[in-house]
Amino acid sequence: MPHTRRRQQHPGPLWRLLSSAGFRFALLFAVVFLAAGLAFAGVLWWGTAGTLERQTDSAIRADAMALAERGRDSGLAVLAEAVEERLALDAEGLSIYLLLDPAGRRLAGNLAALPPPRPGESSWYRLSVDHDDSGPGEARLLVLDLPDGSKLAVGREVSEKQRLRDLLTEGLAWAAGAALFFALLGALLMRRALERRLTPATTTAALIAGGDLSQRVPISLHDDEFDRLGASMNAMLDRIAHLMDGVRGVSDAIAHDLRTPIARARNGLEEALLEESDDPAVLRGAIERGIADLDNVTRVFQAVLRIAEVEAGARRAAFAPLDLSLLLADAAELYGASAEARGQTLNTDWPASLPLVGDRDLLLQVVANLLDNAVKFTVPGGNITLSAQRESEWVLVRVADEGPGLSAQDRGRVGERFFRADSARTTPGSGLGLSLVRAVVQLHGGALWFEDAGGPPQRPGLAVLFQLPASPLSANALSAGALSAGA
Amino acid sequence: MRILLVEDDAEVGRFVRKGLQEAGHTVEHTTNGRDGLFMAAGESFDLLVLDRMLPGGVDGVRLVETLRGQGNHTPVLFLSAMSGVDERVKGLKAGGDDYLVKPFAFAELLARVEALGRRPAVDAPATRLKVADLELDLLSRTVTRAGKKIDIQPREFRLLEHLMRHAGQVVTRTMLLEKVWDYHFDPQTNVIDVHVSRLRQKLDKGQDRPLIHTVRNAGYMIRAEP
Repeated sequence: MPHTRRRQQHPGPLWRLLSSAGFRFALLFAVVFLAAGLAFAGVLWWGTAGTLERQTDSAIRADAMALAERGRDSGLAVLAEAVEERLALDAEGLSIYLLLDPAGRRLAGNLAALPPPRPGESSWYRLSVDHDDSGPGEARLLVLDLPDGSKLAVGREVSEKQRLRDLLTEGLAWAAGAALFFALLGALLMRRALERRLTPATTTAALIAGGDLSQRVPISLHDDEFDRLGASMNAMLDRIAHLMDGVRGVSDAIAHDLRTPIARARNGLEEALLEESDDPAVLRGAIERGIADLDNVTRVFQAVLRIAEVEAGARRAAFAPLDLSLLLADAAELYGASAEARGQTLNTDWPASLPLVGDRDLLLQVVANLLDNAVKFTVPGGNITLSAQRESEWVLVRVADEGPGLSAQDRGRVGERFFRADSARTTPGSGLGLSLVRAVVQLHGGALWFEDAGGPPQRPGLAVLFQLPASPLSANALSAGALSAGA
Repeated sequence: MRILLVEDDAEVGRFVRKGLQEAGHTVEHTTNGRDGLFMAAGESFDLLVLDRMLPGGVDGVRLVETLRGQGNHTPVLFLSAMSGVDERVKGLKAGGDDYLVKPFAFAELLARVEALGRRPAVDAPATRLKVADLELDLLSRTVTRAGKKIDIQPREFRLLEHLMRHAGQVVTRTMLLEKVWDYHFDPQTNVIDVHVSRLRQKLDKGQDRPLIHTVRNAGYMIRAEP
């Protein structure tokens, strides 16, 4: 593998040219263009020069046949006369005749002798003729063996047609040259166009490979294949950047929030070691505090990993149809006892069934985190409300407390990892609870927001609302039926 | 109990082995999956404690799948550094009976080991559970202490049932959350404690002898002796 990689890293110029898709497309274009030109020239040739030749040949054949017929019917003498007569009538001097008797003596005609016979060849000949006035020319000649042994040769001079053919050949050659030129020019333009459209993507990719993740492929107004490619690249980059942010969040968390408890555990243990106390209870206390600190580290670590896992969307595997009403009842029962222990009242209100598709452990975690916060921030003896209702396509859940509430600027920052409002700094917590809530709600395709709970101004309370996509109503009966059948 | 421990990390292996031995169990320890499979298939154990990732070409999941394929139904507890939910599901699907994520408190491991190793026989369903003068009737779903009926809610009934089925054993808070509430999540605060103390109040009201005991740094235990 390293070998081939090296070859790809240092390719020769020819290899680079051949491996360029632009070049290959251009080459294909040039070849197809040239093939079209050749086909056109071929048809033209066959239709003009070819036709002229075939016309000459058929005229010669018809003339020869007519003369041979005449000779067979009326004898050699009449044939000789006919030949002479035709020669006399031929004003342009293009006809060639020769009649030889069986003994090989010339009876009539303007040709001195027959061309030397070529064994195995057809009876067609190509002759060079000399004219006194107009230089050398060319002729087609057909030699017939008559039944009585005499030979008749009939020909036509084709110099004129030959010239025409030469002219045509020359024209076609020029045209072919022009075609080759345009094919190459077209190929070049095509390659450059391809390159020009692909350059933004490759430049962006190179910049990103260089470490600048903020780069995006510029999209032109064409809305063509290249733009679609660029758009999907950008979508991919957005997703990668989002995941990178998640990873960065995890490392930030490790850097900031885990350092403190780790340092605390370390200091405590070190102190116990240095004091060399003889009292085993002191030592024991130090060790227990150290373990508690480490457990706290583990909890924060788990929470951060869980958020990252949820944000990466990796937990959709556990999605299943569930009834949120049952889940809310479980959560209310679980946390109602905590509220009761603080003299608080947990009011609940939701319909008998709220079917949706989701991850029940994560959704319980969401409600648990919100109820835990509500219990923590509501004064003893206060009220907490957990309610839910269906609103067309959505299930809307509301958790309201009688706590200090959240200021407008804090609301924007809630859900950021480790953010804790100033008023909450004295209560225990990691600042991760709402991050997880937000991540889980987003994983379910829902939304999360905050409102005032409607208490007095000095203690307005906070209402956390989130909505999740509900299962379609037609499926309600189905899932409810499945539930009751399962129970 | 005779326990097979397959754990490739020497320090964790030593720690778990020592702890289980101190709790009175016999522990065989091996560090790779192939030997573990060989021993688990060839000898008789009450419980297997397996690391999820093991050297030797046979990881924990493969090991359990092979054993289950051979009709071996020894309870299996997975120890794993992989905390993802999918990993948990994979381990349990392969035939594992419980799954504990590292790092763990030894008390948690011990409680789970004892719960798994002394599971009640499935073919003899009890209809009544009894600890000292506390009785729980699974058919009429009633609880009586010293002959006096105690008014109890359905969830409290399940909580008590679980504790009584594991009478004399430590049951941790996470185990209760998983077994009684059937959710896997981090409750942030000790919600379980509130429920247990409420149950405890109902049971011990007017009694001089508490039955549900808090085990420091571990969980709860119901037992007759004080």
